[in-house]
Amino acid sequence: MNANSDNLIQQSQNVENVESNNTIVSIQSLSKSYWREKFEIPVLKNISFDIPKGEFLALMGPSGSGKTTLLNLIAGIDKPSDGKIFVNNVDISLMGESQLANWRTNCIGFIFQFYNLIPVLNAYENVELPLLLTKLSKKERRERVELVLNIVGLSDRMDHSPKQLSGGQQQRVAIARAIVTDPLLIVADEPTGDLDKHSAEEIMLLLQELNAELNKTIIMVTHDPRAAEKAHSIRHFDKGELS
Amino acid sequence: MKILKLVLKNFKRHKLRLFLTIGGIGITVMAFTLLRTVLYAWYAGADVAAADRVITRHAVSFIFPLPVAYKHQIANIKGVKKVTYATWFQGIYKDKNQFFPRMAIEPETFFDVYHEYKVKEKKHLQDLITKRNGCIVGVKIAKEYNLKIGDIMVVDGDIYPGTWQFEVVGFYSGEGNKKIDETWMVFNWNYLNESLKLQNSNSANHIGWYVFKIDDIKKTAEISNNVDNLFKNSFAPTKTETEQAFNQSFISMSESIIAALEFISFVIIGILTLVLANTMVMSSRERIKEYAVMKTIGFTAKNIVTLIIGESIFISLIGGIIGTLISFPIVEGIAEALSRFFPIFIIQPSTLIISVVFIIFAGIVSSIVPVMHATKMSIVDGLRHIG
Ligand SMILES: Nc1ncnc2c1ncn2[C@@H]1O[C@H](COP(=O)(O)OP(=O)(O)O)[C@@H](O)[C@H]1O
Ligand SMILES: [Mg+2]
Repeated sequence: MNANSDNLIQQSQNVENVESNNTIVSIQSLSKSYWREKFEIPVLKNISFDIPKGEFLALMGPSGSGKTTLLNLIAGIDKPSDGKIFVNNVDISLMGESQLANWRTNCIGFIFQFYNLIPVLNAYENVELPLLLTKLSKKERRERVELVLNIVGLSDRMDHSPKQLSGGQQQRVAIARAIVTDPLLIVADEPTGDLDKHSAEEIMLLLQELNAELNKTIIMVTHDPRAAEKAHSIRHFDKGELS
Repeated sequence: MKILKLVLKNFKRHKLRLFLTIGGIGITVMAFTLLRTVLYAWYAGADVAAADRVITRHAVSFIFPLPVAYKHQIANIKGVKKVTYATWFQGIYKDKNQFFPRMAIEPETFFDVYHEYKVKEKKHLQDLITKRNGCIVGVKIAKEYNLKIGDIMVVDGDIYPGTWQFEVVGFYSGEGNKKIDETWMVFNWNYLNESLKLQNSNSANHIGWYVFKIDDIKKTAEISNNVDNLFKNSFAPTKTETEQAFNQSFISMSESIIAALEFISFVIIGILTLVLANTMVMSSRERIKEYAVMKTIGFTAKNIVTLIIGESIFISLIGGIIGTLISFPIVEGIAEALSRFFPIFIIQPSTLIISVVFIIFAGIVSSIVPVMHATKMSIVDGLRHIG
């Protein structure tokens, strides 16, 4: 990791650095197209909007409208075709590959629809995974992992493998993994999409709690109106445009 | 290092496949080790030759005899130290399968020229000179046939017909030098020659080849030429060469077989690589999505590559270690069973080094495709990957 990336990450983590404005994500004239063979598939068309710090935002819209694409761009796992994305005043579209990887470890917690836990790691090890990329000692890692597993209510399941956990429990492990590095931003792509009603409700309560009590900014894509209800604000998407 | 621990976790994944892969690698490494050991055993004959030992044989082939009278003429050439001679006797001892070299030799000089072949007790050597039918055997043969001083070895002559009775008068050994062939049986040439004379045989007063030591190994070519020039126009012209070259001329008879074995030993490495590559490609394909998830979390392409190569080399090494470990008792068994054909049958350090190099090489080569899979695939495509 070079000094430059250290600097950028520090800058984006350093809340005081942000000039009094309350914006954590600023999207400016963002466009994204995919190329398949020679055909351009426009997915996002010239989108601009800001997300304030501490927000719990739900993105809704029909399938294929570009919700996941937008989330991926904000999380820095995809590159915009045009426009800028500022996260904590840092333009992440300018970062290089490994710089961005490092930035993701420190600044982003990603929650997937299908949990995406590593099947050969137990709950503890799955949560610890992002911390392996940090300088934390084994003891510090243990403290962090135990803390977040406690937050998601799975302290007693640390040595269970994903196979031994229900869908709702797996998603809670995934949430623990997403918050273990204490990121600036939690992005969740249909986190309840694969869960039964009861489990979905529990997950939504957990996200609400993270937002309300730990003041985490959450951007969540969802199909489920009941899930969206739990958010502060809802933005609708259609055919790559905000409505 | 923290990250490399993840390699071990992956071994929980497909235990049967992992077991089969490691087994396959183990067997191929074992086959490689055995083959290299056989090859080494072939070459060993040439390898044990002393550089200052020179052999003079009939120019046409070593099966044609030379007059025993050449001895003094050879001994008179400048640079030649001690001269001895030997005749290939062979014959059948017990049955045809009991193959070990049996030679008629000049007892006064033989063990001086072959100084690494030690006869411990002076008396044994003395008895070989004085007892008409005395013989000395290598300790390996003595042990195998339980031969003691005074025992009679009955040999049915084939090159030299008749029933021959030899009395064991002593033993020789390499005294721990593993390169010394301890399977010879040698007896007094006079015993053979007397009976040939009685039969009025043309072979009487002839020997198989001369062996002598020289002063200065830099003069080998010059001295050899001088010997051969001496007998150039005689009935029995000679060919003189170092013991090494002489031994190699035996080996060259089977050169194409050896070349084939050499080739096969490297084909085996190729098979090993394919076995491992197959496993690695399968498992990396299954993990495309996991790699994408790990990258999302912040693992770099370099981290992932480290994990893949680490896993590949680790599997390869485990298989290699198992294969090598089982090679040792097998080689020992073969060495015992074939000690007459391969007096020197041991796993060479060089074989182990080649093994390790190729095992690591196979590990790296096997990860090429998985590494390409994992690094070329964008995170977004990886996450969308079904399977
Ligand atoms: N990696 C990709 N390559 C090509 N097309 C893609 C890719 N990702 C998304 N798309 C296309 O972009 C459009 C939006 O996809 P996505 O953002 O996943 O929609 P949503 O999450 O709203 O269902 C779809 O038409 C999809 O096929
Ligand atoms: Mg989607």
